[in-house]
Amino acid sequence: MNLLTPEPGLLFWMVLSFGVVFFLLAKFGFPVIVKAINERKEFIEMSLLSAKQANEKLASIQAEGEQLLADAKAQQKEIIAGAMQEKQQILNAAQEEARTSAQQMVDDARQSIRAEKEKALNEVRKEVASLALDIAEKVIGERMKDEAAQKRAIEQMIEKL
Amino acid sequence: MALPSMAEEESGKVDIPEIIFGHLGDSYEWHIAGDAVLHLPCIVVGKGGVDVFMSDKLEEGKEYKGYHIAQDGDYAGKIVTADGVRPFDISITKNVLELFIVCILLCSVVLGVASWYRKNGYKKAPGGFVGMMEAVVNFIDKEVAKASIGHGYEKFSPYLLTVFLFILTSNLLGLLPIFPGGANLTGNIAVTLTCAVTAFIAINFFAPKEYYKSIFWPNVPIFLKAPLPIMPAIEFIGVFTKPFSLTIRLFANIMAGHIIILALTSIIFVTAQMGAAICAPMTIVSVLFCIFMNCLELLVAFIQAYVFTILTANFIGLAHNE
Repeated sequence: MNLLTPEPGLLFWMVLSFGVVFFLLAKFGFPVIVKAINERKEFIEMSLLSAKQANEKLASIQAEGEQLLADAKAQQKEIIAGAMQEKQQILNAAQEEARTSAQQMVDDARQSIRAEKEKALNEVRKEVASLALDIAEKVIGERMKDEAAQKRAIEQMIEKL
Repeated sequence: MALPSMAEEESGKVDIPEIIFGHLGDSYEWHIAGDAVLHLPCIVVGKGGVDVFMSDKLEEGKEYKGYHIAQDGDYAGKIVTADGVRPFDISITKNVLELFIVCILLCSVVLGVASWYRKNGYKKAPGGFVGMMEAVVNFIDKEVAKASIGHGYEKFSPYLLTVFLFILTSNLLGLLPIFPGGANLTGNIAVTLTCAVTAFIAINFFAPKEYYKSIFWPNVPIFLKAPLPIMPAIEFIGVFTKPFSLTIRLFANIMAGHIIILALTSIIFVTAQMGAAICAPMTIVSVLFCIFMNCLELLVAFIQAYVFTILTANFIGLAHNE
């Protein structure tokens, strides 16, 4: 028995069987499996990539949100500070106005008082002058009869002045 | 590896070489266990046309339709005609049946796995057996075919996968000692030769022009290729030694493994005549060695299938990238 001589019968069947098996598997077997494996690999890679992108997007959205919040806070602070300032300004202006108007009123009052006083004084002076003339008339009329009395009266009046 | 108990002769002596070579060779029937024998159909194409009959017609030297099994000579154990001429014998022998079993197993497994992918699509990851097959297929496709061949490897990937799984299945079934296994398929030179011829076709028939130029007009100093074509001759021989080495490597490895396991098992029968005192410890030794060798052969089954595939892939890669 020669182990090193290929048996033609077995060779025949081997070529036939191997050919058929190869044909079947190469056509309907392995391409399907390999394709599925490659597609799954691609699918997993794509999924990982999109997950990564989604994560990045989420992170950027978060950052954006934080930025927005910080901006809003800063703006709020600014607005409040502005309002406070404005309030202070308004208050100051109002106080100033009140002060000036009060001053004005006081000044006006003082002026009018002074004017009234002046007027009253002038009137009193006029009255006194006319009264003094009256009195002088009367006195002069009554006492001119008596020279001594005239003298006395003049003296008295001079004394009083 | 069923040990044919009938090799034990009347004298009580055990003919170890006959047991071993009987197993390594081929036969027209399949001993399953004890007297249970599966007679296989014989198909011979002779001068009188095609004859199909069961092998039990030829049992114990009987003659049928002018054919008998030769007892000695060049065709010992084979069907010959009365005048000792060998017809074209395409009988379904033990090895051929084993070959069919391997092919059917391979087709059903791979097509079954493929149908799983057809049904479930790629968005679902397989588990269990399909997952295991996926790992194997992916390994050969990416780590062997793609890594060795590079660009354009997809064309060769199905061939490499087929040859890998074919050799692996044959090797593993050969290690199985009971019926569906036990034949010495990848330890038969006709089988390994066919595998190597397919490898030869895959290597040479799809190679680019540069490959043939590198064989017949290699890039060496001119005096090495003209007037005496020394290098072209060496390169040309190399084209054939590559698949030849593939043939012999696989064949010799698997056959040697079978011989060693059979020889170790035979120790029990050899020492049986020497009395219980020798036979008992030798049986233990034999069983322990057999377990060890079977583990080793399991490893060899994978390694040889892998080596055949990766070498073929490398040869294809060399032919394409030279």
